[in-house]
Amino acid sequence: MEEFLKQYLDPKFAITFAYLIKIFCIVIPVMISVAYLTYFERRVIGFMQSRIGPNRVGFFGLLQPIADALKLLFKEIILPAKSNNFLFFLAPLLSIAPALAAWAVIPFGFEMVLADINAGLLYVLAMTSIAVYGVIIAGWASNSKYAFLGSLRSAAQIVSYEIAMGFTLVGVLMCANSLNLGEIVMAQQGGISQWYCWPLFPLFIIYFISAVAETNRAPFDVAEGESEIVAGFHVEYSGMAFALFFLAEYANMILVSILAVIMFLGGWMSPFSFIPDGIFWLLVKVAFVLFFFIWFRATFPRYRYDQIMRLGWKVFIPLTLIWIIFIGAMMQTDYAEYFH
Amino acid sequence: MAEIKNYTMNFGPQHPAAHGVLRLILELDGEVIQRADPHIGLLHRATEKLAENRTYIQSIPYMDRLDYVSMMMNEHAYVMAIEKMLNLKVPIRAQYIRVLFDEITRLLNHLLWLGCHALDVGAMSVFLYTFREREDLFDCYEAVSGARMHAAYYRPGGVYRDLPDHMPQFQNTRFSRPNVTHKLNENRQGSLLDFIDDFANRFPKHIDEYETLLTDNRIWKQRTVGIGVVSPERAIELGFTGPMLRGSGIEWDLRKKQPYEVYDKLNFDIPVGVEGDCYDRYLVRIEEMRQSINLIKQCSKWIRVNPGPVISDNQKYAPPKRQDMKEDMESMIHHFKLFTEGFHLPKGEAYAAVEHPKGEFGIYLISDGANKPYRLKIRAPGFAHLSSLDEMTKGHMISDLVAIIGTQDIVFGEIDR
Repeated sequence: MEEFLKQYLDPKFAITFAYLIKIFCIVIPVMISVAYLTYFERRVIGFMQSRIGPNRVGFFGLLQPIADALKLLFKEIILPAKSNNFLFFLAPLLSIAPALAAWAVIPFGFEMVLADINAGLLYVLAMTSIAVYGVIIAGWASNSKYAFLGSLRSAAQIVSYEIAMGFTLVGVLMCANSLNLGEIVMAQQGGISQWYCWPLFPLFIIYFISAVAETNRAPFDVAEGESEIVAGFHVEYSGMAFALFFLAEYANMILVSILAVIMFLGGWMSPFSFIPDGIFWLLVKVAFVLFFFIWFRATFPRYRYDQIMRLGWKVFIPLTLIWIIFIGAMMQTDYAEYFH
Repeated sequence: MAEIKNYTMNFGPQHPAAHGVLRLILELDGEVIQRADPHIGLLHRATEKLAENRTYIQSIPYMDRLDYVSMMMNEHAYVMAIEKMLNLKVPIRAQYIRVLFDEITRLLNHLLWLGCHALDVGAMSVFLYTFREREDLFDCYEAVSGARMHAAYYRPGGVYRDLPDHMPQFQNTRFSRPNVTHKLNENRQGSLLDFIDDFANRFPKHIDEYETLLTDNRIWKQRTVGIGVVSPERAIELGFTGPMLRGSGIEWDLRKKQPYEVYDKLNFDIPVGVEGDCYDRYLVRIEEMRQSINLIKQCSKWIRVNPGPVISDNQKYAPPKRQDMKEDMESMIHHFKLFTEGFHLPKGEAYAAVEHPKGEFGIYLISDGANKPYRLKIRAPGFAHLSSLDEMTKGHMISDLVAIIGTQDIVFGEIDR
């Protein structure tokens, strides 16, 4: 694409322009999938709860997310009288920006990636960690007791699950010998048996649960805790400012699902070698993982805040550590090939 | 070092877990509750005072609106108090119908409790499942009284009318599909009793469904086991009744201990808990639902084969038949007197209580011989339960507070009256 643009533009502009186009090609589909993830969620939960869900706006309610977005766009953003205005508006931006920035290193297919950097995995971890500042600042700047409690809960939860999540990723990079997400996928070539979800099965499960906790989804949604602290950190937000938190939550959900697929389920690789690989497989697997998020929400009661902490620190972190040592030890034995 | 102060937070009245209009002033140390101070009165409608200005029959609909999720039970205590003062005999069929609808009401209440309790603890689906079943029970209310919630079905001396022979059907509209409507009407072809029997047969499966989602769920257990523990001695001291008392292991149920209507002729068990925590109270109420189904089946079986009057034939207190009014002068006078002046109660006082889904619901009535009460006092079980909230929540976290409010099964209609 750069070569094509260079024919018409100054070469300096051409590179920037090409990147801009690529960014749009990622961000717009992500935003559309976020919108339709909400629709998917409402329909699936509706089905699970023996009710209908949105089916009035457009065919089968397909225009519902757009109607919701328009509604939020036109709503007034109410500013609490005693809030810190600058931080109050900074917080939603701080949570949406990293949620979108992390997509830069996600490979959608072979060489189909915006920034093919070697420390891709670290970059993703760094970006998802920044998102917690949005939550903390939102709770602090609102100057509301409920929001404050919500942000405290959320901060503690995300920090502790980040560690467990980080350790599961260590297992993956030990197997793949690379931090580059594209190379991690390529290391899982050769059908379903080569995917990392088998040798790293406990890590896969822990990663997935941590991912649910990391995105503040049920049953770990204590930061929002509808029935306890009403809406937690974003209780004072309305209109588009609230919508940004909402978008960030769903964009993060898709992000952690796509990471789960890339690291444990073979990314864009097809499960059987006789079927061609492609982005189609990536989408199918991500949809499959996302379905679990929704299924959890319809099934489980909510954990208490201290129980979440206990699960993270006393169960997940020791378990991941043990499994990493186990993998390291196995790699020195004759069975090493099963772990590469 | 700076002095560390506790944090005071206003919980409610506009709060999703406030079950209406509960307002709590919480004193928090971090997330741990040091003191919970319930402020009530936001739903006060002066029912007791209103009753002093109305004839006895006119007050029945106010009783529905006390605990607005167990409507007929409130009426039951009220009409029982009147019957006690008048020594009015209730026909046996009416007694069975009352028990039948008391148990339907118990199901209505426990289903709402289960759904809201689960929703408070975060399990969303149970709420919608229980409301699906509540819909059928509301249809029973509707078939028998015309109203889906506030029935005003019990009258001094019996019930308003006999059970109907047919169920109302769903009609096709331009939004509904005929095959769906047909399916909805499938179990509504016979009489109300057929519909109730059909419900009683499928309902245990629905209870199993709720139990698969909750009873053995690790998260549910972590959230309820050991939360809000009340010792048996303390439960009695605090004036607990109903499942709150039985959850602590005290076997006390007015249906067994002071049988009213035909409960002594029916076969049922009283479940009791062991630990006195939220989980035990949950199990007690689940088992009560199963026992209620059992009672409903027994009543329905008896009512099918024993026709008879459903309201007393003492026309001083119960309205005469419409047919008689056309031909009989005296009946017409009775009717006129009953619906204008109302009946007079002899001078005196009476207390009647029923085993309400929430506990002992009592009506204390004082009459000075007029056609309206001199004083009516309502003993609401939820009031005693709510007053123990501070004690039950001390040292627990905010999330547990929500679970404890749920387990107390609080409805503000009866607490604020």
